[in-house]
Amino acid sequence: MTSQAGRPAPAGAGGLGDRGGHADATYLLDSAGPAAPPRDNGELVFAAPWESRAFGVALALHDAGRIDWEDFRQSLIAEIRDWEAAHPSGEGWNYYERWLRALERVVSGKGLVGTEDLRARLAVLVSRPAGHDHGGAGNDQPHEHHAHH
Amino acid sequence: MTSPAEHIDPALRVEALASLLAERGLIDEATIENFVKTYEQSVGPMNGAKVVAKAWTDPEYRARLLADGTGAIAELGFKGPQGEHIVALENTPTTHHVVVCTLCSCYPWPVLGLPPSWYKDPAYRSRMVREPRRVLREFGLDLDDSVEIAVHDSSSEVRYMVLPERPAGTEDATEEELAALVTRDAMVGVANVAAP
Repeated sequence: MTSQAGRPAPAGAGGLGDRGGHADATYLLDSAGPAAPPRDNGELVFAAPWESRAFGVALALHDAGRIDWEDFRQSLIAEIRDWEAAHPSGEGWNYYERWLRALERVVSGKGLVGTEDLRARLAVLVSRPAGHDHGGAGNDQPHEHHAHH
Repeated sequence: MTSPAEHIDPALRVEALASLLAERGLIDEATIENFVKTYEQSVGPMNGAKVVAKAWTDPEYRARLLADGTGAIAELGFKGPQGEHIVALENTPTTHHVVVCTLCSCYPWPVLGLPPSWYKDPAYRSRMVREPRRVLREFGLDLDDSVEIAVHDSSSEVRYMVLPERPAGTEDATEEELAALVTRDAMVGVANVAAP
């Protein structure tokens, strides 16, 4: 069995098959048959917590009427197209990185969060001490509103 | 235009975005968590498997499914984002359907959940269109040359699911037993349903 965590081999390498396997630990842990489905066929829906967060943020924004789904989809299509043009080998592909970038574009395009605000917040997060937990769902930033808004 | 921080850990980029949006009252944590939980735990290919099993055992339902996929699927309570225009494609002994989304990985979420990683991969999206017989063989599905392969490109207008052929020897199986045989891969069209 191939590793379920690995991405399929690039085009032409013949690596697309052999991924319906049920031999991985996740499948065994989680059940048999159609009762455990998003994970059925041996594959997790999300490979990392941030992927599920990026997914959830997009759906929440759409649900709140803040973004138009077709705008987001077009942004995603453009992101994927540009990435593939720049990476003909397919090496380094991650779907939710494209998703996140598309989301950042739509959010700034709509004026919901400006690029500079995003940069400033990222600088704060990046400078946090090593070992600081940033993987979970928590938003441990202070909740005051920014002075310039 | 470059990303504000394409080289930065995506986990931090998500948190930066989510925290700013939440502080401005544009989204809330509970809604994000709820969507994630729903798609991790509740919505998945078991929904589609129930649709397929019902179509195998109820000819009238099968006819409704093929005429109006979205409507017939909603009869079983499956609806929601990315399920607005679902078309069911019926496999036959002479035609095998397979689904791809070449542009962005459109997928019928209400019946199949979120797509597996290979469905989103550039290799699958480009190669399935160009050389479907070979790609299917790599998935372990070796179709006879006499079987025509129809590749369907999902889009925002139409999202496809495959109604696989009912395996031989399942004449006495109940709808529930049949549903347990149906896999996600069969409903994307990269596998057939095997007899128990």
